[in-house]
Amino acid sequence: MDILQVSGIALTGAVLAVVLKYKKPPLAMLLSIFVGVTIFLLVLGKIGSIIDILRQISYRAEISSFYLGLLLKIIGIAYIADFIAQVCRDADQGAIAVKVELAAKVMVLMLAVPIVVAVLQALLRLIP
Amino acid sequence: MGANVDLIFKIAGIGILVAVAHMILKNSGKEDYGFAVTLTGIALVLIMVIQMLGTLFDQVKSVFKLF
Repeated sequence: MDILQVSGIALTGAVLAVVLKYKKPPLAMLLSIFVGVTIFLLVLGKIGSIIDILRQISYRAEISSFYLGLLLKIIGIAYIADFIAQVCRDADQGAIAVKVELAAKVMVLMLAVPIVVAVLQALLRLIP
Repeated sequence: MGANVDLIFKIAGIGILVAVAHMILKNSGKEDYGFAVTLTGIALVLIMVIQMLGTLFDQVKSVFKLF
């Protein structure tokens, strides 16, 4: 019944943030970050166990653990960047949010380069 | 878990207290003190939020093996 916990935290946080926004908008923003982090931390443990299962499956399917690790890294970057970009957007700083997303895209692309190279090498091997 | 919810209420309490203090100081003609109180409150909460954010990043790093 963790979803009840999450909804309780979210509702409490939302009401308190609205009350604060009336007088002190910066504190309301910090409160909403805090609520977001709390919920994220609650979910993160479960994500960890799902990833463990994925690892076992990939081990059985004999997929190189290098590629799975890369994929997980990309997901982690996307999670963090999305979280921060949403916070910036909530604070009406859309420009900063777009820059964070751009940085995340560049970093993901950089991580993905080895996979692209591997695909190209496989293609080259097919060409006699 | 319980500590986190406590912290949410703590932040909201600091916010309301700062708002009230600001109002009182403004009414008694001490605008500058009101600004200082606001700044202190924001700094306090910012420290708490940044510590929490640090925990979150550490956890994400260890879950997704981002080193």
